[in-house]
Amino acid sequence: MKIPLSWLRDYVDLDESIEELTSILDDLGLVVEGVEMVGEGLEDVIVARVDEIRAIDGADRVRLVIVDAGEGPLEIVCGAMNFAVGNHVPLAPVGAVLPGGFEIALRKMRGVTSNGMLCSARELRLSEDHEGLYILDDVIEPVVGRPLLEALGMTRDVVFDISIEGNRPDAWSIRGVARDLATRLGREVHSAVLATPDEGATSATYASAGIEDPDLCGRLTVSVLRDVVVRPSPAHLARRLTMAGMRPISNVVDASNLVMLELGQPTHPYDAAHVAQRTLRARRARNGETLTTLDDVERALAQPGRGLGDTGEDCVIVDGEDRVLGLAGIMGGAASEISASTTDVLLEAAYFDPMSIARSSKRHALRSEASNRFERGVDPELALVAVGRFVALLRESNPEVRWMAEPLDVAGNVPVPPTVRLRESDLQRALGVDLTSEDVHRTLEGLMFRVSGEGPWTVTAPSARLDVRSGAAGRADIIEEIARLYGYSRLPRRTPTWPEPGALSDRQRIRRRLRDTVVDLGVHESWTPTLGSDADFDLLSPGSARVRVTNPLASEESVLRSSMLVGLVRAWGKNAERGLGDVVLGEIGNVFTHPEVATMPRHTRGGAAGAVSLALPEENERLTVVLGRDNDDARTGVAMWAALATRLGINDVVVRSSDGAAFGLHPTRTAQLVERGTNRLVGYVGEVDPRLFGALTTMAPRRLGVLDVDLDVLFELTLDAELDQFVSVPGRYPVAIVDLAFVVSQAVHAIDLAEVLMAAADVVEDVTLFDVYRGASLPAGTRSLAYNVRFSSSEKTLSESDIGAAREALIEAARALDAELRS
Amino acid sequence: MTTSPLAELSTHVADLIARIEQALTLADLLVDEPFIVGKRSILSTLQKSLGALAPEERKDAGARLQDARRGIEEAFAVRRALLEEEARAEQLEADRLDLGDVVISQVLAPLSVGHPGIVAATQRQLEDVFVAMGFNVSDGPEVESDWYNFEALNIPPAHPARGMWDTFYVDLGEPETVVLRTHTSPTQIHLMEQAVAQDALPIHSVMPGRCYRRDTPDARHLATFHQIEGLVVDRGISFADLAGVIETFTHAYFGADISSRLRPAFFPFTEPSAEFEITCTICRGDGCRTCSQTGWIELGGCGMLDPAVFEAVGIDGDEWSGFAFGFGIDRCAQMRHQIADMRALIDNDVRFLRQFS
Repeated sequence: MKIPLSWLRDYVDLDESIEELTSILDDLGLVVEGVEMVGEGLEDVIVARVDEIRAIDGADRVRLVIVDAGEGPLEIVCGAMNFAVGNHVPLAPVGAVLPGGFEIALRKMRGVTSNGMLCSARELRLSEDHEGLYILDDVIEPVVGRPLLEALGMTRDVVFDISIEGNRPDAWSIRGVARDLATRLGREVHSAVLATPDEGATSATYASAGIEDPDLCGRLTVSVLRDVVVRPSPAHLARRLTMAGMRPISNVVDASNLVMLELGQPTHPYDAAHVAQRTLRARRARNGETLTTLDDVERALAQPGRGLGDTGEDCVIVDGEDRVLGLAGIMGGAASEISASTTDVLLEAAYFDPMSIARSSKRHALRSEASNRFERGVDPELALVAVGRFVALLRESNPEVRWMAEPLDVAGNVPVPPTVRLRESDLQRALGVDLTSEDVHRTLEGLMFRVSGEGPWTVTAPSARLDVRSGAAGRADIIEEIARLYGYSRLPRRTPTWPEPGALSDRQRIRRRLRDTVVDLGVHESWTPTLGSDADFDLLSPGSARVRVTNPLASEESVLRSSMLVGLVRAWGKNAERGLGDVVLGEIGNVFTHPEVATMPRHTRGGAAGAVSLALPEENERLTVVLGRDNDDARTGVAMWAALATRLGINDVVVRSSDGAAFGLHPTRTAQLVERGTNRLVGYVGEVDPRLFGALTTMAPRRLGVLDVDLDVLFELTLDAELDQFVSVPGRYPVAIVDLAFVVSQAVHAIDLAEVLMAAADVVEDVTLFDVYRGASLPAGTRSLAYNVRFSSSEKTLSESDIGAAREALIEAARALDAELRS
Repeated sequence: MTTSPLAELSTHVADLIARIEQALTLADLLVDEPFIVGKRSILSTLQKSLGALAPEERKDAGARLQDARRGIEEAFAVRRALLEEEARAEQLEADRLDLGDVVISQVLAPLSVGHPGIVAATQRQLEDVFVAMGFNVSDGPEVESDWYNFEALNIPPAHPARGMWDTFYVDLGEPETVVLRTHTSPTQIHLMEQAVAQDALPIHSVMPGRCYRRDTPDARHLATFHQIEGLVVDRGISFADLAGVIETFTHAYFGADISSRLRPAFFPFTEPSAEFEITCTICRGDGCRTCSQTGWIELGGCGMLDPAVFEAVGIDGDEWSGFAFGFGIDRCAQMRHQIADMRALIDNDVRFLRQFS
């Protein structure tokens, strides 16, 4: 909210510097987001009258203007076209420095000397208007040669742009900000100048008002203003509005806006001539009703909205024929708008249920200055005070206006301000400090709370503080107000300790081991998008059930990823285009599976009040690595897995080739990683499917290795390995090494044969595959697997015959898999 | 009278179809492509000859030719897809590799050095500071129900405070009831619910994780980002403890010459609430462009747990009290490494990744 300092000073005496005020406001939680110096640089600008306009030879964009600024004719070259002889305009003479530091110098253009500059409102930073010169005749009674600031009734001013927090409905006004400052500084809040209703005929003889749904409209006041003359606001009021960021429109509309900015009460003026039976009533909109709002949009009312608990309730204002005039508290309709011919005004000042306004405003995607305030809670007692201020302001330009006696005032349901009991121990417990009773009284009473007692205290919130709740929550709200006004910076600090040690969970600790290991193995850790497109995931599995976002920023970002492969291959491709493809990219992150197809959908509390059980997507944490170094392929993927498993102590996972094992992976160069004991799938290793590669990169076809691991499983395996703390001491006797090559069917896994060999004799210490041979010399459908076998004993040195016997035992055992020793 | 140029159209079509069917490999088909559907096709020749016809005839002949062309193109595309599939199958078969037979010692993997992600590494540093201060670390899911992301945090449906978070809704259940979490705070609710169910209070935990806000990315914001959130629920915890924890953390992570201050703010789930600021890490408090000459920069939000939150999770606020705080991990990384544009974090440009070790 933009707060001009001069306006603030109407309510509280302030002699602090701008810096001091900024810092006090910040410390009150009224954060100053910007400070604008208004009028700075206008000291030298004066009022000039246009006496003559001449064309300049050869120039069609600029003209020579002869003005009088009190010291005789002055020649100025000017590019604006919106003025005529006799108009008064602002002149920045030679030597003037305009806002922003632009210095006016003697200039020669088209052979003519220009003795200054005639200015637009924007050049003077008085408004956004840059259509041409600022024609002063429209605004004031101009006097030639008078300083512009004086002529406009302006003094230099400062405008604070303050961000008002959502729990401070009371602070969304000049007076509210002034009240915070006054309380902090120990000063008085000045009262507003208010008009009172005139004597004579009562409002009820002219108009009527009613509330049909008291839950939606807590108070409806209707004031009748007669003998209204619609004309522009006086310059100083128009300036105030402009400085506060609103456009002056007419004295009636401006008064409404000024009162809202000053006191926080939105009001709505209707042209009484266009309100049937001069009646305003508040009620629920009915299904089928429509309204064309001031922004010229026809809106269907009472339509249930999206989101929990939105039944489509709209509060509307209707006339005596039950026609909808406006969306209560949000925006009016065009039909009863104030116009130049308006003479009688019905002025609505009301209290509407905040949540109802919030829902309607969200559902209709319609926000206004009024709805912003109503949805946070406008003081229900403010309505007629605001009208009093409205009339006082309107009288400045419309002294003849009459406010009919006894304004209509209909009551609905209004929240009762809570009363909360506060003990010294509550303050000590919440803030860790003992505050004096004087502190409590001073801070709360400054904010209009009623406080009795010297501790414990009984505190009643003012009607303006609808954010203050009852019970324990209300106590917290009140304690915040005390702390805020007392000053957070004055509160003590203490670093707490507790006996429980801090620690990572096993999963987090193992995740760190994994991350360190893959980085050591060459992975550049990446961060690819969680949200992708249908086309992306069609590449992996066409038409599968996907988890979607209903309101994506772009359609390419509407699907939650089911795999990180797409993102990583694309990232690799981009790097490769820059000549940086010789790299391994990897990511640790979550992938999502739709609950309808998930093996383990997550069930969680959901719905209103968390009362129902909802099936949410399965979130599976994975490690995906794309190996793109020059010689990388499926084999380096296998090698990386082997290194990773070794590092994490996992030794019971086997690599099982399996056609079409996983989406996006090369169908014949992919294997599953399987835990042997349980057949649990740990992940995949292989290559990127050439088709996926072609679709995601612009590079010439090549092999990219892939490792993709399910971390839910991997973490368990690693933890098991950590828990198995047994370490064996190697035997002291010599080791015998034997190489054995077997011809074996392609169908037999190399690891399975190795296992058979391991189990064939007690003296086998280890079996390692060291060569694979395929060739014409071997029977069809077979290959040769050569193993390095280590024999040892913990009891003795193995003799030749021991070794021979063991070797025979291995050869014999291999026959169980139809493996024949290769001769 | 001259014969129509299209007199033998059906024969030509039959020839072309036969030619398509005769191609046995993708390569053969592609060699023939210009003659079947390209410029050198008989259909293209016929097309040119239509120019000689009277306008009326030309229109009719043109339409017939167009039909014929469409039929040929379709047959060509079908054949092409088939042959491509065959070629792929053949290639895949030729590629076949039994990964169980890979001899690890024979794989010549190049020696290469990797780099940890800047966000993950920052997260780890932050976790380490908090673990040393006695906190546990907790993870939570990225897709949440309205209850966890909003309602239990004292942000009821349609409450204007929801405007503080630009929310991505997930297409599950009733409209707008499932979200991509907009902050890590839902993990607080999970932790407190669990602690209540298992009678396992107190809680001293930090919760790092990925969050989402529907906000067009710019140099300072990403739609996907990381937060770390802290939660303490214990006996006798006050605002003084909160301020102390923030200050201890600030010194430990940013350095002894960087301190913190709190100023009032509003969050629905804490009361009293505060925004916390730290000494500007660029100018060390002297005032510079980054801190708008104030010497302070905003880091995150914090406050005492709101009684409404305790009520939602079933914690007795007379016995227990607590505080929460949260801030951006990416933002810490940005500040610490002076990253000019946040979007570099998601570009995965190796030139960026390699600078971090």
